Amino acid sequence: MADKTQTLQQQVYAALAEERKLSIVGGGSKAFMGRQTDVETTPLNLSEHTGIVDYQPVELVLTVRAGTPLKEIDAALAEHNQCLSFEPPHFSARSTIGGTLACNQSGPGRPWTYSVRDQVLGLRLINGKAEHLHFGGQVMKNVAGYDVSRLQAGALGCLGVITEVSLKVMPRPASSLTLVQVMDLEDAIPYMNQRAGEPKPLTGACWVDGKLYLRLAGAQSAVEATAHHWDGDVLEDAGDFWAALRDQKLDFFAGDAPLWRFSVNSTAANPPMDGDWLVDWGGAQRWYRGEATMGDMEPLAEAAGGQVSLFRGGDRRGEVMHRQAQPLQQIQQRLKQAFDPDGVFNPGRLYSWL
Amino acid sequence: MSTPTIDRAELARQFRTFIDPAFVIEDDETIRPYECDGLSMYCEMPWLVVLPETVEQVQQAMRLCHEHKVPVVARGAGTGLSAGAMPHAEGVVLSLAKFNRILQIDPLARTARLQPGVRNLAISEEAAQYGLYYGPDPSSQIACTIGGNVAENSGGVHCLKYGLTVHNILSVEMVTVEGEKLVVGSDALDGCGMDMLALMTGSEGLLGIVTEVKVRLLPKPEQAQVVMAGFDSVQNAGDAVGGVIAHGIIPGGLEMMDGFAIVAAEDFAQAGYPRDAAALLLCEVDGTAEEVQEHIEQASNLFRSFGATSIRVSQSEEERALLWKGRKSAFPAVGRISPDYYCMDGTIPRRHLAYVLTEMQKMSEHYGLRVANVFHAGDGNMHPLILFDANVPGEFERTEEFGGAILSMCVNVGGCITGEHGVGVEKIRQMAIQFDDLELAQFHALKAAFDPDGLLNPGKGVPALRHCQEYRSLEHKAHAAEA
Ligand SMILES: Cc1cc2nc3c(=O)[nH]c(=O)nc-3n(C[C@H](O)[C@H](O)[C@H](O)COP(=O)(O)OP(=O)(O)OC[C@H]3O[C@@H](n4cnc5c(N)ncnc54)[C@H](O)[C@@H]3O)c2cc1C
Ligand SMILES: Cc1cc2nc3c(=O)[nH]c(=O)nc-3n(C[C@H](O)[C@H](O)[C@H](O)COP(=O)(O)OP(=O)(O)OC[C@H]3O[C@@H](n4cnc5c(N)ncnc54)[C@H](O)[C@@H]3O)c2cc1C
Repeated sequence: MADKTQTLQQQVYAALAEERKLSIVGGGSKAFMGRQTDVETTPLNLSEHTGIVDYQPVELVLTVRAGTPLKEIDAALAEHNQCLSFEPPHFSARSTIGGTLACNQSGPGRPWTYSVRDQVLGLRLINGKAEHLHFGGQVMKNVAGYDVSRLQAGALGCLGVITEVSLKVMPRPASSLTLVQVMDLEDAIPYMNQRAGEPKPLTGACWVDGKLYLRLAGAQSAVEATAHHWDGDVLEDAGDFWAALRDQKLDFFAGDAPLWRFSVNSTAANPPMDGDWLVDWGGAQRWYRGEATMGDMEPLAEAAGGQVSLFRGGDRRGEVMHRQAQPLQQIQQRLKQAFDPDGVFNPGRLYSWL
Repeated sequence: MSTPTIDRAELARQFRTFIDPAFVIEDDETIRPYECDGLSMYCEMPWLVVLPETVEQVQQAMRLCHEHKVPVVARGAGTGLSAGAMPHAEGVVLSLAKFNRILQIDPLARTARLQPGVRNLAISEEAAQYGLYYGPDPSSQIACTIGGNVAENSGGVHCLKYGLTVHNILSVEMVTVEGEKLVVGSDALDGCGMDMLALMTGSEGLLGIVTEVKVRLLPKPEQAQVVMAGFDSVQNAGDAVGGVIAHGIIPGGLEMMDGFAIVAAEDFAQAGYPRDAAALLLCEVDGTAEEVQEHIEQASNLFRSFGATSIRVSQSEEERALLWKGRKSAFPAVGRISPDYYCMDGTIPRRHLAYVLTEMQKMSEHYGLRVANVFHAGDGNMHPLILFDANVPGEFERTEEFGGAILSMCVNVGGCITGEHGVGVEKIRQMAIQFDDLELAQFHALKAAFDPDGLLNPGKGVPALRHCQEYRSLEHKAHAAEA
């Protein structure tokens, strides 16, 4: 529990003065993410910059330093029967809230219970001029100024160092139950979407290994009544299944084969690639294991109404994120320039051109 | 910002070469309705109003204005409450009114593809045949457009549970200041790289012109029921709101009204509100039939334990509609008892509610102006309505001062100057209280990444730094004087 803002700011000053580049490290648990580059960088470590700054359960608002490990946050919220509704993946015990936001990582409930980006209310950020700035706030509705807070989601730290985050938190569902049934992938995709169109307390829909898993969560009466009408067997120890899915601990994720993430239209036909698939988010997030090139994958993702990234393994010297249309690439380069004119932070980590 | 390199007549002539001449408006009489938005105290006559009918025309219009350094103000329905759509005296108003088609509804994917001028309510009306609806429901939803909603990141009474515009859209097609068309977002729930879709949402027409929007639709809840609870103190009502939320219930809507607003609304709508209550809560619970029953019981018991003096649970759809009617007509109801009213929009951490309302009452006496409060209690978004008479010299100026003082107080208790109506022209001075110069400079740099010449909606959203010091020192003096 310590406020290291000044130290962090000084490190950015020093890097500017000495013309060094910095790589921002949260827990280092997502070091596999992003591109590998030859640019020499000094680590800027947030793992000491931790602690809950303010937590008001009745307001549903939590303000926390960016280096705080997710497990510490979970524990504090659990005391008040609340949670981070976006179920952030705990890739390791050190995974931090800052890294989670920078990587925009949300778990299985994302289509129903919001994403980390959705739940961000405000943050503090050290920009590339070593200025410590605040954006947004600690209240649920705030439209003063541009939404610089949510802009950080997915930016992988290329716009600045997030030092503090305010988030909307949610009550834990009173009860939860998972139904499992055998189904082909082709049938599972429309089926998940149909179920998601019903006004029932669905909060998870995943297909893996020939089986479809549907999670119901909310008021006990609603969960039980829905389970009664829907097909499938009740899954024992369902919590373990969803945690393993969230943290990529299922067998599907084991081994060294490259892991590709497709974020697509939930109803799209699955891309025609032989090999292992896992479908999550009711069809909107699909994982693929296997050798391929970005150039092969991008058209498939676009045909499915979305984008692809090389999440883990494979060639990390090329691009690992879906290409951006030319005018958008240009605007993002200008935004980088606006926040980090000397290009101090995470050079080339998100894209070679950023 | 530079001055235009073309004169008005020539600009109009050039517009007429590619936009239907009937929709290039030059005469004062036809322009007049465009001189302001919903905040009619701020008005300005523009050079021209144009109503393009295709995205290509929007692109061409932007190219023309860009080439000649002519400011452009986008306009939806003009229901904005911060003078965001107020014209520029040497600029063009680009109305999206002709873009009013729902392009596609995909019931299985639960999405709708919309032109920017589609009215908010029209989306839910069209989606109803599939058992779906669009979540954000601003009180202006009969009139306001989805393009305006994106520009303001609009909310509504249901946003505690269902989120704001930013939580309910998938992609936006926009035209840049140079006339280039691009799409931010996709059919997916996220994309690679920084979140440009979030940045566009709430950008008040300063970063680009929205020409198409794809929104997510939600399954219509099986059932919804309202509990109305009267309290004899604002403090108790505020605590009750916290109590419900701490108990783990997220109501579909949770609204509060103060004594003044209760009486005005009751006179107007005869909804059966307790006229003697100091505060009224409307708590709507929705979901499956079982869930609603469970939560309504819990909420009613909680309200009782927090000292509710009266409780009523809606027993039919008609009764639910009636209970809401009072709340939804609160603005016109107040409009009936005062020649003019001015709606503020600060957000506060809810625990400071009683303090803020008490202070506001003191200010009301200090400025000699009455104030009524309707309040999105669940998320802390306040809408104090200051009652005034624009025909009394000096009264509007005092109203503005009163409003400014309320916003300062919101910031001082840890809140913000605008929850959902935007900064526009109206709150541009208060931006200097919520943000320091470095932060404002960062906003300007961000804007320049999209619009280096500052042609899109100039003078709105973010104040020029030189004005901020002045305002802060005035504020400081005012505080010193009060103390
Ligand atoms: C492309 C990619 C591939 C990944 N592959 C793997 C993998 O194979 N295995 C695995 O276990 N994890 C992987 N990760 C996960 C990731 O590195 C972290 O495990 C996870 O995001 C938890 O956060 P962290 O605190 O450990 O962040 P870190 O891993 O330290 O950082 C993740 C990213 O966020 C940035 N960041 C962190 N904190 C901040 C901050 N406060 N302000 C600004 N930027 C910040 C970092 O610069 C980095 O770009 C990957 C991440 C990415 C982006
Ligand atoms: C009685 C009343 C009740 C209201 N209740 C609510 C409420 O509950 N919640 C809420 O959030 N708001 C509310 N509002 C405010 C207002 O309705 C919203 O801000 C609404 O989103 C504005 O939409 P519009 O189409 O009228 O936009 P306009 O007023 O026409 O424009 C608003 C802003 O958006 C920009 N803009 C408009 N269209 C585009 C476009 N296509 N591309 C780029 N920029 C564009 C304009 O330049 C301007 O800055 C209320 C207003 C009234 C009058």
